[in-house]
Amino acid sequence: MPHAVAVTVNGTSYPREIEPTLLLVEYLRETLGLTGTHVGCDTSQCGACTVLVDGRATKACTMLAVQADGAEVITIEGLAKNGDMHPIQRAFAKEHALQCGFCTPGLMITAVDFLERNPSPSDAEIRHAIKGNLCRCTGYHNIVNAIRSASAEMRQSAGARPKVAAEVKR
Amino acid sequence: MTASTTPTYIGARVARKEDPRLITGEGTFTDDVTLPGMAYLTLVRSPHAHARIRRIDTTAAKKEPGVVAVFTGKDLEATGMLPVFITVPSMSGSKHMPIATDKARYAGDAVAAVVADSREAAKRAADLIAVDYEPLPIVVDAMKALEPGAPIVHEELGSNLVFTYPVKGGDIDKAFKDAEVKISQRIVNQRLIPNAIEPRAVTAKFEAGELTLWSTTQIPHFVQLIAALNLGLGQNKVRVIAPEVGGGFGSKLQVYAEELLVGFLAKTLGRPVKWTEERREGYLATIHGRDHVSDVELAAKRDGTILGLRVRTVANVGAYLQAFAPGIPTILHVFIVPGAYRIPAFDYEMRGAYTNTTPVDAYRGAGRPEAAYLIERMVDRLADEIRMDPAEVRRKNFIAADAFPFNTISGITYDSGNYEPALDRALAMADYKGFEKRRAEAKTRGNYRGIGISSYVEICGLAPSKVNAALGVGWGGYESARIRVHATGSVQVFTGTSPHGQGHETSWAQIAADALGISPNDIEVRHGDTFESPGMGVGTFGSRSLAVGGVAVHKAAEKVREKVVQIGAHLLEASPADVVVAGGKVFVKGVPEKAKNFGDISMAAYLANNLPEGMEPGLEATVYYDPPNFTFPFGTHIAEVEIDGETGTVQIVKYSACDDCGRQINPMIVEGQLHGGITQGIGQALYEGAVYDSDGQLLSGSMMEYHVPTAEDVPAFDLDSTETLTNTNPLGVKGIGEAGTIGSTPAAVNAVIDALSPLGIKHLDMPLTPEKLWRAIRASGEGRR
Repeated sequence: MPHAVAVTVNGTSYPREIEPTLLLVEYLRETLGLTGTHVGCDTSQCGACTVLVDGRATKACTMLAVQADGAEVITIEGLAKNGDMHPIQRAFAKEHALQCGFCTPGLMITAVDFLERNPSPSDAEIRHAIKGNLCRCTGYHNIVNAIRSASAEMRQSAGARPKVAAEVKR
Repeated sequence: MTASTTPTYIGARVARKEDPRLITGEGTFTDDVTLPGMAYLTLVRSPHAHARIRRIDTTAAKKEPGVVAVFTGKDLEATGMLPVFITVPSMSGSKHMPIATDKARYAGDAVAAVVADSREAAKRAADLIAVDYEPLPIVVDAMKALEPGAPIVHEELGSNLVFTYPVKGGDIDKAFKDAEVKISQRIVNQRLIPNAIEPRAVTAKFEAGELTLWSTTQIPHFVQLIAALNLGLGQNKVRVIAPEVGGGFGSKLQVYAEELLVGFLAKTLGRPVKWTEERREGYLATIHGRDHVSDVELAAKRDGTILGLRVRTVANVGAYLQAFAPGIPTILHVFIVPGAYRIPAFDYEMRGAYTNTTPVDAYRGAGRPEAAYLIERMVDRLADEIRMDPAEVRRKNFIAADAFPFNTISGITYDSGNYEPALDRALAMADYKGFEKRRAEAKTRGNYRGIGISSYVEICGLAPSKVNAALGVGWGGYESARIRVHATGSVQVFTGTSPHGQGHETSWAQIAADALGISPNDIEVRHGDTFESPGMGVGTFGSRSLAVGGVAVHKAAEKVREKVVQIGAHLLEASPADVVVAGGKVFVKGVPEKAKNFGDISMAAYLANNLPEGMEPGLEATVYYDPPNFTFPFGTHIAEVEIDGETGTVQIVKYSACDDCGRQINPMIVEGQLHGGITQGIGQALYEGAVYDSDGQLLSGSMMEYHVPTAEDVPAFDLDSTETLTNTNPLGVKGIGEAGTIGSTPAAVNAVIDALSPLGIKHLDMPLTPEKLWRAIRASGEGRR
């Protein structure tokens, strides 16, 4: 039986009738056509599908879309604001932190959540924070550099930039 | 000759042109392609590793709501066989249909297909297909598969032996007769699962007699060729598009069953069809890599001089021969086994064996990591035996810098090399001299610390077409490039390479920019669409793209530049020899103020009313470049590890590497390739391994059981490079895509064995998991507290 849900994705509310078995990642990719969020596994290991749900990095394959009813979801498509890229996006490009780019959206989303909670991380903390996101291309070296570089930029501009998720429910 | 331009962009850390779309979610991967009226394909796969298919009942599945069609293998024989592109001597080839018709030969072999309006309906219907299997005896182990009485995977072949591939040089008997030291070692190079993070997918539509097929492939032109031949379509009516491809590492270097099936079904059903692999399905249905068991004997003198190497290897090819499988353990492995060393006698016999396992083909390095691991382990075994510094054993046996081009004992010719500087730099970076202090310090904490060296040589730049033919490779090894300059001066480069993370859009633009004297920003590189590219592209694999495809771009750009010079000379009323092309301008040497813009020249080429006498209008060039030889990059990698004495956990505390890939086009991309490659090689050394039980069930059947390295499993990497140009091509480039994987596995394993050598441990097989090390430490009598 379809359920009526309204999920706010990248600032827009989408009232939809959906099957209760639909995963959040399927809802994003197939119902809404937001294909920037990727599916890399079926056991919640790879993290390619990571999105922000109420400000928290969440593997969208681990959650049913109906559970996101009323939630605010940010995907990779919503990371830039008014054409202005998020510091993490700029840092990933600057540090060559992506190659094929498939895992990249999930990694950047994980990093955004992490840096909002830990603005001055050590490299070891960065590596721990992203261990749920697998990348087969980069060996993580430049991803760590990018997250460190973004953290420096975000600290400098702290306050100037609104948090990605307007309201973080914790 | 025209005045040459000085390289400006070659060698620069140019930011990637690929990134803006990939960091905003705008890139389109194959599974992102959704078409109106699309149906979904699901395959039913055998749960048995070996079973005769007695009967398939599809009645219930056909009645499931949403089902469009249900097929067995017999219904789909029109798709033809899956191709094998390499035939080595004595090869016994297997018949490989997209859907098995007589029996399933591995767990995961497809036996039926369902097409439905939705993925869910297709999966529900697939569950309703009843297959009556007659289980057959199973063979998983390649050594056992070659024993008399083993279950036969392909009865019509009479045995599981795929090929026997002997390569010999020098007098091996004399080497062992003269030897003061003989070392025998069984070396297992375990089976790996590639794990590109994007699962495979295929989407196709058939409209107006034309098939368009999107696929996660490294070789769109081969998919086009085989789809056209097998499906009875003109090659001009098959458009294959490799859009964004999320990593490959060899696993997308095939013409897979699903590509032919989706193409066939889109054509037959008259509606678009999509298939997307699930990860656990991919663990069974996408090729695996490596899987060698080698018995190695080394003959040497007490002073460390290597006299000879004898190897007997069995390579497990799995249940069927895949596209490049016959060439991986042979051409790409055996010849490079002598590595960086002058070895006077060599005797290698490689045998391939069919088993009831997932087919094995190319995985990053493909044959060369197995070679480097084998020789680099043996060099360390020798060093240990004669109590000599492993660095000095390497130095003693290195091919001398003045010996290039060097004919190896295995019968190939190394283009160029200078191995000692790379070794010395890596030793300095690793503070090799200070290591024993660190070992002693770790011991005070109850830990074992070790350092491991690997000095590799690999083969890139595949391949001269005539050599391909002589080796049994059924297609040329050239690459194509077309450069089109529009009237307004905008430039498009069409390449036959098919990148999936390597950044060709950037590097190729840098190469073309220098030849054309313009900025890479003004050059667009397009790839992965067989209707846009030159007629044939060989594709991206084997670290070949730069040394073949990049050189093709360079040559095409040189042709265009030559025409620019001719037109410029005509318009400036000067001799072509005096014309300079640089900074977006064309001018006479010494008179830059009277320059024509690059766009003025291209406009003149198309206006065509004021061109040199006899010149054709237009400004474009197409090149097919066939390399005269392979290229042989090299380097030294050094890993330092610390093993927790209580848990057996390995930490790589420092990793240093000095690589030489000839001229670097974009050092940022070179380093990125190394980081990823090193991590995959460390993955093999410490974490990864496909495990089958004796029933042919893949126990490491998902990312939960198979450990792809995470960010916490690898260190930051210290990289340096030397530059030894090759004469094989005018750019002096060699290739870097696989070097990291080839160099790192032996370095990491040598470090772990070095750490445990005080306990008398000489060798352990990969992966060196905490459990394996803990048991080895306990068995040595240490580690009991």
